[in-house]
Amino acid sequence: MSQTADTKEKPYKPTSPNSKLDFASIWEYDPAPESSDHVEIKDKYELFINGKFVKPSKGRYFKSTNPATNKVLTEFAEATQKDVDSAVKAARKAFEGEWSSISAKSRGKYLFRLARMLQERAREFAVLESMDGGKPIRESRDVDVPLAAAHFFYYAGWADKLDYAFPGKTPEPLGVCGQIIPWNFPLLMLAWKIAPALACGNTVVLKPAETTSLTAMKFAELVKDAGLPDGVVNIITGAGQTGAEIVNHKDIDKIAFTGSTGVGKLIQRSLAGTDKKFTLELGGKGAFIVFEDAAIDQAVEGVINAIFFNQGHVCCAGSRLLVQEGIADLLIRKLKDRMESLIVGDPLDKNTDIGAINSEQQYETINKYLEIGVEEGADVFQCKCSIPDAGYFIRPTLLTNVSQANTVVQEEIFGPVLTIQTFRTADEAIEKANNTPFGLAGGVWTDKGSKIFKVGSELRSGVVWANTYNKFDPTSPFGGYKESGVGREGGLHGLSAYLKLN
Amino acid sequence: MSEHLEVLKTYKIYVGGNFPRTESGRYYKVFDSEGDLLANACLCSRKDVRDAVKTARGAFNGWASRNAYNRGQILYRIAEMLEGRRAEFEKQLSRIGFTKAEAESDVNTSIDRLIYYAGWTDKYQQVFGSVNPVASAHFNFSILEPTGVTGIFAPENSPLLGLVSVIAPVIAGGNVCVVLASQAYPTLSILFAEVLNSSDVPGGVVNILTGKKEELAEHFSSHMDVNALLYTDALNTDMKKMIDENASLNVKRIVKKNIEDWYSDKSQDPYLLLDFQETKTTWHPVGF
Repeated sequence: MSQTADTKEKPYKPTSPNSKLDFASIWEYDPAPESSDHVEIKDKYELFINGKFVKPSKGRYFKSTNPATNKVLTEFAEATQKDVDSAVKAARKAFEGEWSSISAKSRGKYLFRLARMLQERAREFAVLESMDGGKPIRESRDVDVPLAAAHFFYYAGWADKLDYAFPGKTPEPLGVCGQIIPWNFPLLMLAWKIAPALACGNTVVLKPAETTSLTAMKFAELVKDAGLPDGVVNIITGAGQTGAEIVNHKDIDKIAFTGSTGVGKLIQRSLAGTDKKFTLELGGKGAFIVFEDAAIDQAVEGVINAIFFNQGHVCCAGSRLLVQEGIADLLIRKLKDRMESLIVGDPLDKNTDIGAINSEQQYETINKYLEIGVEEGADVFQCKCSIPDAGYFIRPTLLTNVSQANTVVQEEIFGPVLTIQTFRTADEAIEKANNTPFGLAGGVWTDKGSKIFKVGSELRSGVVWANTYNKFDPTSPFGGYKESGVGREGGLHGLSAYLKLN
Repeated sequence: MSEHLEVLKTYKIYVGGNFPRTESGRYYKVFDSEGDLLANACLCSRKDVRDAVKTARGAFNGWASRNAYNRGQILYRIAEMLEGRRAEFEKQLSRIGFTKAEAESDVNTSIDRLIYYAGWTDKYQQVFGSVNPVASAHFNFSILEPTGVTGIFAPENSPLLGLVSVIAPVIAGGNVCVVLASQAYPTLSILFAEVLNSSDVPGGVVNILTGKKEELAEHFSSHMDVNALLYTDALNTDMKKMIDENASLNVKRIVKKNIEDWYSDKSQDPYLLLDFQETKTTWHPVGF
């Protein structure tokens, strides 16, 4: 873009006089929007039950907005008790009928079909995911959708090999699985839930989050196109009440939930006294530990990825930076410089690093935590970047001068907010890292191999990223210790969540 | 033959490698199969549970970080000690109604069960861990780590073999535990504690309380520093529900197994050990 004309009328561009990364005052990025012309969004989506799109029994619909523009995208049907019941009945019928009678090989081939069809329509799904949830197109295009397809591809192959997965045991499907997924990775979480459940021979009733149901309803089209038997996959939309109806339904054998620790505990409580199996993938407060001998520039990139990936709406986000004292000043300076180069804005723009906060409610939650942080004495640093006027956006934020007891250090914020603490010894870092009720993920940055293994083994968390962060793969088991959940998703270990082992 | 008046044993509880009395000072009577008084057992309180959990937590890191070979040898050592003291166990079993053959068989199977799990300590990681072929330049592997402090309600009607069968898989995997012994037959559990205490098991790894499940189940299940709870008897609906509800306070893992025949090979299972393991997955970049 030309450097000359109209500088007064242009929006404020971030500059950081002390920064070595000050590209913005020299160059500007042209807008590079991903086209959304080719995607079709209906005015209204029905429930997907027993292989058909059906109207909700009470005839109620709720609006879904694009959080980057605050404009209404479409409407989804609200499933109530009667709808949940017919979905469960359809799933039960399919489980006892056709789905159990076809061969494991064919079951797998249906899943392969789904993987391929997702790949074929990948761009459409990516655009929809960004419009519906606010995440940058780069992430939905390069992470969410390809990983979702990969997940189906991986579990497809397991369908006729389950006898090799658990030595000494004869695996059997559980039956009907109720699955409730969050809004941060809508399609990917759907894949994490549906792929292993089907591979193991179960049928499912899945409820996407109420703010991000679009790709799930599109996925229902794929299920039809792929020719899966009716009732094997049922997708119903609605909010917490719909979820509760699923959890409490008597004819469901297993509940799989991904979401907040608060709701997860409610679900565990609701299931008390029943014989339903459950897996929970809950919140986190991941520690990102940087030792003095770490490659510091790489560590800075790691922090950016750990906390600003997907606007920080990541259960395993590295939301607590623990940095060894000797390099703290340097690292924080470099981190601030790097943060000033982040582009916050239109999720559909391919230059965008950080998109929109998923919903007004989450926007308020994050701001509430920022207020609490300040009240408890934290110092706040925010990028000077411009943010759009409409929609929900939050500047990347650092909170320094915080202690272990501060609310913002103990509780999950689920936004682009990083707390920073320092430590002197490895033991102190481990102590601080483990000192929350969570145990989902953690990061270790050091150039010394033995230190990685030692610190990694002391972290009480289900995932350890060493000199990397926020990496995912269908073959890689994921899940939490302590209050971050029960059970694993992904990999061979993820199969056991959907099988009886006799 | 000179006259000898039998010295009766005082049965206390086992916490942190010591044999204290319940802090509550309370007791309950237990009887042999003839209806004669066998012992005044400790009627443990909520405070005893809390003390035991605290002690167990203190022992956790040390026990979890023992190498697998060492844990295996220690489990084997428990079996050796039990073998050496089998007469006392058989005598005690016969007092609560076991025939001579049954008592012998109970002790034999208990010893074998310990050896079974002793052998698993350095194998389950190989069988159930994994290297994961991720589609990026990372080395990625999953290992199993112990869940932490485990509460155990020992089987009511198998006071030795049942007890050994629930403790062994839990500690073989590096967990520590607080066990509530069979209420009617607690003396075997305290005898077993003496075996543990003389067999290189660090103090605090296994803690054994005696008392009433009706009273203590609430405190086991609601304790925020208990990570998992195992029971194998059928519990009444209300207690089951209460335990599950309390478990949700800290996302406790509740492991319910319906095991009636402790002699069966099916009651020993590496998957029972796995119920008290967490999978940890580590990623590291691969490159120059």
